Amino acid sequence: MSEQLIHSAPSFSPALFRRSLGDALEMVHGVDAVAVEERAASLAKRSLKKEAKVWGLNLAISMIDLTTLEGKDTRGKVIALCQKAMRPDPLDPTVPHVAAVCVYPAMIGFVKKALAGSGVHIASVATGFPSGQTFGEIKVRETRDAVAAGADEIDMVIDRGAFLSGDYQKVFDEIAEVKEACGPAHLKVILETGELANYDQVRKASLIAMFAGGDFIKTSTGKVGVNATLPVTLVMLEAIRDFYHATGKKIGMKPAGGIANAKLCLAYLVMLYETLGGEWMNPDMFRFGASSLLNDILMQLKKEKSGAYQSGDYFTID
Amino acid sequence: MATTTDIETRERLTPGAASSALWDYAPSLEATDHAKLASRYNLFIGGKFVEPHSKRWFETINPATEGTLAEVAEADAEDVDRAVKEARRAYDKSWRKLAASERAKYIFRIARLIQEKSRALAVVETMNGGKPIKESRDIDIPLAAAHFFYYAGWADKLEYAFPNRNVAPVGVAGQIIPWNFPLLMAAWKIAPALAAGNTVVLKPAETTSLTALLLAEIIQEAELPPGVVNIITGAGGTGAALVNHTDVDKIAFTGSTEVGKRIQRAISGSKKRLTLELGGKAPNIVFEDAPLDQAIEGIINGIYFNQGHVCCAGSRLFVQESIVEPIIRKLRDRIGTLRVGNPLDKNTDVGAINSRAQLEKIQELVQSGVDEGAEMVQSKCSLPARGFWFAPTFFTGVAQSYRIAQEEIFGPVLSVLTFRTPEEAIEKANNTPYGLSAGVWTEKGSRILKMASKLRAGVIWANTYNKFDPSSPFGGFKESGFGREGGMHGLSPYVRLS
Repeated sequence: MSEQLIHSAPSFSPALFRRSLGDALEMVHGVDAVAVEERAASLAKRSLKKEAKVWGLNLAISMIDLTTLEGKDTRGKVIALCQKAMRPDPLDPTVPHVAAVCVYPAMIGFVKKALAGSGVHIASVATGFPSGQTFGEIKVRETRDAVAAGADEIDMVIDRGAFLSGDYQKVFDEIAEVKEACGPAHLKVILETGELANYDQVRKASLIAMFAGGDFIKTSTGKVGVNATLPVTLVMLEAIRDFYHATGKKIGMKPAGGIANAKLCLAYLVMLYETLGGEWMNPDMFRFGASSLLNDILMQLKKEKSGAYQSGDYFTID
Repeated sequence: MATTTDIETRERLTPGAASSALWDYAPSLEATDHAKLASRYNLFIGGKFVEPHSKRWFETINPATEGTLAEVAEADAEDVDRAVKEARRAYDKSWRKLAASERAKYIFRIARLIQEKSRALAVVETMNGGKPIKESRDIDIPLAAAHFFYYAGWADKLEYAFPNRNVAPVGVAGQIIPWNFPLLMAAWKIAPALAAGNTVVLKPAETTSLTALLLAEIIQEAELPPGVVNIITGAGGTGAALVNHTDVDKIAFTGSTEVGKRIQRAISGSKKRLTLELGGKAPNIVFEDAPLDQAIEGIINGIYFNQGHVCCAGSRLFVQESIVEPIIRKLRDRIGTLRVGNPLDKNTDVGAINSRAQLEKIQELVQSGVDEGAEMVQSKCSLPARGFWFAPTFFTGVAQSYRIAQEEIFGPVLSVLTFRTPEEAIEKANNTPYGLSAGVWTEKGSRILKMASKLRAGVIWANTYNKFDPSSPFGGFKESGFGREGGMHGLSPYVRLS
């Protein structure tokens, strides 16, 4: 179990990869809902104890995109979040920093200052987040400006309207354009699976996002009724595996929204481990989009060390 | 080390994409201290545990450690006679006369007691049989309770199961069950018999008698009238004595086709009724439009569930030629992630082989596959030094004529064959003396229906495999046996209609 793995800052190589929509649609096939839910439930039953649990929880912290995406976000709120991101537990230096802080574009400036030199990445949503219902040029422009302002990673949303009406070419082209606008920044493509109706569509959208140039595929914005679920994540991980076998390119995965406790995040890691394996078990290849998850993990880690649960008052609310 | 050492492994799997040694799950063992076992078990006859006339006991072991768990009585012909007499007496004196709604109450009580004691039953089932605790905990024991609940519901509604007929019980049923699902098979046998008003003499398999004996304790606790259920332990000789006893009205047997044939010969010309649930060599057929990753899970569950000790295991995989490459790759990666080892570990996927004899049979058949020229792929998992183990294995390049495509291996060994058209799939799938079960994987509904109508098998699963429910009948075609267990159909063998 490699310590260095947890502490290493995420590093990416620029992706030059691009193929056509046809390549993506060729790999589309049905997903059986009953069976995929059953498999996800069986993976969630793995029992992790002691060292295995502590290792998983530390790894999970290093994979968190600590997120605040609210209209009422302020400079003060964002700076506080950055402090938490860099030192999740100020009293315990063995706890790693999180992978990134994820904010709206207007907040990038504050985050950049607060995180300077820390190794924690700056992630910004873009492309008319969360609905994506704006003009194409504005999506590209927003992406470019966010990168110029200092974002290392861009979390874009796909055009669900186009996807659901069958205009896959539009979805594909938009992702490709945003990828180009990202330049050196890393692109995460949010499918908003809660709006895609079924697992067949999740697989199709995953393949389109990967073939169009996304570096990561991400489940949700956190802004709709249904966010990340284990079965949806499994379908996406399986699409990543098929894409890897077809192209040799490794795509990252980010479930987001609703992952609020340590037990659930371990179930995600088990699923990742038993589907894609060790090479995906690092912050370059897997992220959790979350806000309240971090404190629950810290609470569990403290419990493993001291043998007793501490009151919530011992964990800072940021 | 009783493992695969004597087998020339053609290819040892490099851990698949999904199984590097990066993350070691720490052992997570199910506690065993709450499961209390006696050092010696006697025969359960007439509501009491009695010493065997034979004055012989044999050891029953944990196949994962080879350690002895307890001593179990060996019933001889005299003991069998005692048990049958008690069953007859209970039948005449109490059980057949009891109001059906009262019978139902007793059966409900057994179901509830199984639920209450489910943790201990699961642990003992795993220790005595070698199956992973997650299976005994989540499948065997809950399903056993579900069968009692289900048939308890039928007890006072038999005239609705057989409308316009007079329904009467058959009498004394002699029931012989196998070692692969010990408590569940006991439930399959006992529950419908009791619901229909019969009394029973049950003989569990000699390697896995313990949960049946715990069930005897439950039956005592449920205060069933003495003799309604008798449980006698022993090996083949005990079973033969039960089959040949002249005062038994019905024999129900689950086990090998070979023994099933012997039983049928033995009782021919007698008034005894018979149901047989025997071997299988089930086809699991995957079409190119199948949901592939879920099909892989179905294939894995079909053959590695309970170490492949499943009569309806999907042991012949038929893959449409256009998807052979991805299926084999996915299968190869997936068996590398199966966790083989201590059955009491909650994370174990594949446990111990039930007995040394069964391990040797598996090894012999696997060797024949290698000798006949099939390509072997085997998980590189490490196997414990003590106990009986066999790594998850599959063969590619299997011809229909190979022994591994014809004979029931009853172990974690899959034979992969290919087909081009649905007609060819049906022809090859049916080309076996067996006909217990089959699986079909396709997104096309009409194809599922067509395949289901052409496959000669008692159970056909579509886009799933190895699913069981008390309300669903189970049984075979051809040499897989006759008669149905489960569902309304499962009552038929235990009633006399007029």
